[in-house]
Amino acid sequence: MALGNEQIKQLRKMKEKHPMPEQDHRERIKNFNEVPFGYDAETAVKEANRCLQCKNAPCVKGCPVEVDIPGFIKLIQEENFDEGIKKLKEKNSLPAVCGRVCPQESQCESFCIKGKKGQPVAIGRLERFLADWELAKGVETPGKPAKTGKRVAIVGSGPAGLTAAGDLAKMGHEVVLFEAFHSTGGVLRYGIPEFRLPKEKILQREIDYIASLGVDIKTNIVVGRTITVDELFDEEGFQAVFIGTGAGLPQFLGIPGENYSGVYSANEFLTRTNLMKAYLFPEWDTPIKLTKKVAVVGAGNVAMDSARTALRLGAEEVHIVYRRSDKEMPARAEEIHHAKEEGVTFNLLTNPVEILPDGEGWVKGMKCIKMELGEPDDSGRARPVPIEGSEFVFDVGTVVIAIGNSPNPLIPQTTSGLEIGRRGTIVADADGATSRKGVFAGGDIVTGAATVILAMGAGKTAARAIDQYLGTL
Amino acid sequence: MFKIVTKKVLSEVNKLMEIEAPLVARKAQPGQFIMLRVSETGERIPLTIADSDKKRGTVTIIFQEIGKTTRELGTKEAGGYLNDFVGPLGKPMEMPSSGRVIAVGGGVGIAPLYPKVKAFQKAGLEVISIIGAKTASLLMLIDEMCLASKELHVCTDDGTKGYKGFVTDLLQSFLDDKTKKIDEIIAIGPIPMMTFVANQTRPYGIKTMVSLNPIMVDGTGMCGCCRVTVGGEIKFSCIDGPVFDGHRVDFKELARRSRTYLDKEKIALDKFEHECKCGGEELWHLAMSK
Ligand SMILES: Cc1cc2nc3c(=O)[nH]c(=O)nc-3n(C[C@H](O)[C@H](O)[C@H](O)COP(=O)(O)OP(=O)(O)OC[C@H]3O[C@@H](n4cnc5c(N)ncnc54)[C@H](O)[C@@H]3O)c2cc1C
Ligand SMILES: Cc1cc2nc3c(=O)[nH]c(=O)nc-3n(C[C@H](O)[C@H](O)[C@H](O)COP(=O)(O)OP(=O)(O)OC[C@H]3O[C@@H](n4cnc5c(N)ncnc54)[C@H](O)[C@@H]3O)c2cc1C
Ligand code: SF4
Ligand code: SF4
Ligand code: FES
Repeated sequence: MALGNEQIKQLRKMKEKHPMPEQDHRERIKNFNEVPFGYDAETAVKEANRCLQCKNAPCVKGCPVEVDIPGFIKLIQEENFDEGIKKLKEKNSLPAVCGRVCPQESQCESFCIKGKKGQPVAIGRLERFLADWELAKGVETPGKPAKTGKRVAIVGSGPAGLTAAGDLAKMGHEVVLFEAFHSTGGVLRYGIPEFRLPKEKILQREIDYIASLGVDIKTNIVVGRTITVDELFDEEGFQAVFIGTGAGLPQFLGIPGENYSGVYSANEFLTRTNLMKAYLFPEWDTPIKLTKKVAVVGAGNVAMDSARTALRLGAEEVHIVYRRSDKEMPARAEEIHHAKEEGVTFNLLTNPVEILPDGEGWVKGMKCIKMELGEPDDSGRARPVPIEGSEFVFDVGTVVIAIGNSPNPLIPQTTSGLEIGRRGTIVADADGATSRKGVFAGGDIVTGAATVILAMGAGKTAARAIDQYLGTL
Repeated sequence: MFKIVTKKVLSEVNKLMEIEAPLVARKAQPGQFIMLRVSETGERIPLTIADSDKKRGTVTIIFQEIGKTTRELGTKEAGGYLNDFVGPLGKPMEMPSSGRVIAVGGGVGIAPLYPKVKAFQKAGLEVISIIGAKTASLLMLIDEMCLASKELHVCTDDGTKGYKGFVTDLLQSFLDDKTKKIDEIIAIGPIPMMTFVANQTRPYGIKTMVSLNPIMVDGTGMCGCCRVTVGGEIKFSCIDGPVFDGHRVDFKELARRSRTYLDKEKIALDKFEHECKCGGEELWHLAMSK
């Protein structure tokens, strides 16, 4: 398939990304299968050739874990996928996941030179291509390193915990990973839906790889209840503990009527569907219930995932309700695009004030008020201000609240000597070290709800710091 | 996988199992519960820790066969395995330090009541227990409750055992007896019973604790499905409870939310019965009619 010089020249000038084939939007809202199909090898090589191999590689600055972007893209240009995936994995332990869910448009791709006059190089899609290519071929497990005899406990199996566990195992430490749920992956398992991140085909295989490095995975253990961090040190003989328990505590609006039947937190809505597979009810036992008209409050990834899930569960009309304007919507551009394509309606500058019941205590409507943008607030975003007298009632039967998650307080409450931040986060330095010796933390539990790649990066940094710390013992 | 060490049939619809789960047994305290999944495709359901044995590493659960999951659980035998079993979850219950306590248990509420009564007895409290059910065959743990209490009073709606009438009738006679002080009441049972008891004791100003059983998904505070209104505030039963001050609980809301999936639960049960042909239709009606 070698490309001729002329062709390469053409590709370097090409303004648009190679499109990624995907399921038709009319079809896909009837199933939970993944939406984009990914590049085939030929398209990937062509897309790679759009990259100009910039010497200063501005794109790398946009990647929180500093993937050698021109490096791995060059290897795709040369059709050397084996070396390409190795290069990628030097910095990114979960490339099949990040290629799918990173907000590339605000990270790596936003810095790409090509983006100045057209579309940036499709870095995320190329990353996904290499990862899928490797998974299809069968991932090689590296040889077992010499054992150090040191034991590390990892709490939480989200991207932060998985990455820290994998890296520490590769360094020869004995690693045990504790997860509260019956299944691993954190938000990747219970939050992000199947149609964005296939669970068996992709996620499970990334986790199997981490396990194959020698990580001992123990599910059904709630640290803080089943066993405490103090006991992990004092009774179980761990020399270091990494906490990656995420931000899993759902926030509600605090408006009247939030407890009527038919009001879900996004966490409940998505957990029922993804982790408990309610979309396969009654083959799987866990039910979910929704009406023809559904409102989702919020406009982040969680809200988009809830809205698109509602469509696939059979809702006929799904409304995003968001109090700011489209410019402030925090979701990935691709998710917003997909949601719009699938027919989700966006009600911007609209804020819920009350949820109204029918006679049986089920949701019958949601009273909202129109907003306008005022002065910027602390976050620098324009503050939405209600327009007096503009209340109106949405006649919806299901409301999903997707306005954010806070850190789960269980570990902070049950662990001695941990400094806790104002919003319930665990305070950690740049290396992930907390105020307690031997305890490290990273991911959403430290930053508050953020991104997969940041959590992964935190896991990576902490693994290095833990390795150093263990060396001093 | 978690091994079922023993299984006992307590009554027509109530069964007891001891599960091998040493880490849970080591930590279990009265008031706490576990979440289990019978099979890979199963629902996560909460059950109270009825007893635990640190030395043997076992946790006892007692359950009423009410729908698909509890029915399926009931078909498992000693030597078999449960897919998942996690705990102990929830807050341990706060104990009164001394005095006289009345423990009221209705139907399946007798199971979660038992470990609390035992803890009261151990703490040197004077416990008077009142247990009741629709009919004699639905009563359970009579001997155990008798041993753990100073007095045990039994009643059935149809008079097939003990006093004919409701637990609240018996409770009233204690409330009326002005000569003996009641320091605290704990009531566990179906929502209508707990509602009734809370309303009944409110005028007397006696602290009345209840253990709530809302629908749960994770049991660790991450879904909000188990939220209840207590004293006008939203609480998550799985992390803030499940034991709350009965005078402050919005029972109407709890009852409403518990019915959210009734139609779906019926579908799941029908499918299960169809596949295993063990005739649970009557049991469903029996359970639901209470
Ligand atoms: C619906 C949704 C969509 C998202 N979409 C995107 C996206 O497209 N792109 C993106 O970059 N980011 C996205 N995010 C954000 C991203 O998923 C998170 O930032 C990331 O998963 C955080 O990783 P983590 O490892 O810190 O924690 P988590 O992924 O939250 O994992 C924490 C794990 O710890 C476990 N745990 C918690 N407490 C305990 C305990 N006491 N004992 C044992 N285990 C415990 C939890 O069960 C969980 O498995 C999304 C988030 C959600 C909710
Ligand atoms: C903290 C707590 C402790 C409990 N302790 C006990 C106990 O010791 N013994 C006992 O027999 N029962 C106990 N329960 C109730 C038990 O969890 C339910 O009976 C069980 O989940 C019913 O499941 P099912 O599939 O058999 O029935 P279903 O047909 O699914 O449901 C029947 C009814 O049970 C309730 N229910 C359904 N699913 C759940 C769920 N996931 N979580 C909670 N309730 C649900 C609903 O109100 C429903 O209408 C407890 C509940 C809680 C919250
Ligand atoms: S990890 Fe994410 S930010 Fe980094 S290069 Fe890959 S897609 Fe871009
Ligand atoms: S900025 Fe764009 S074109 Fe330049 S090296 Fe990075 S990906 Fe290639
Ligand atoms: S069961 Fe999910 S928060 Fe309590």
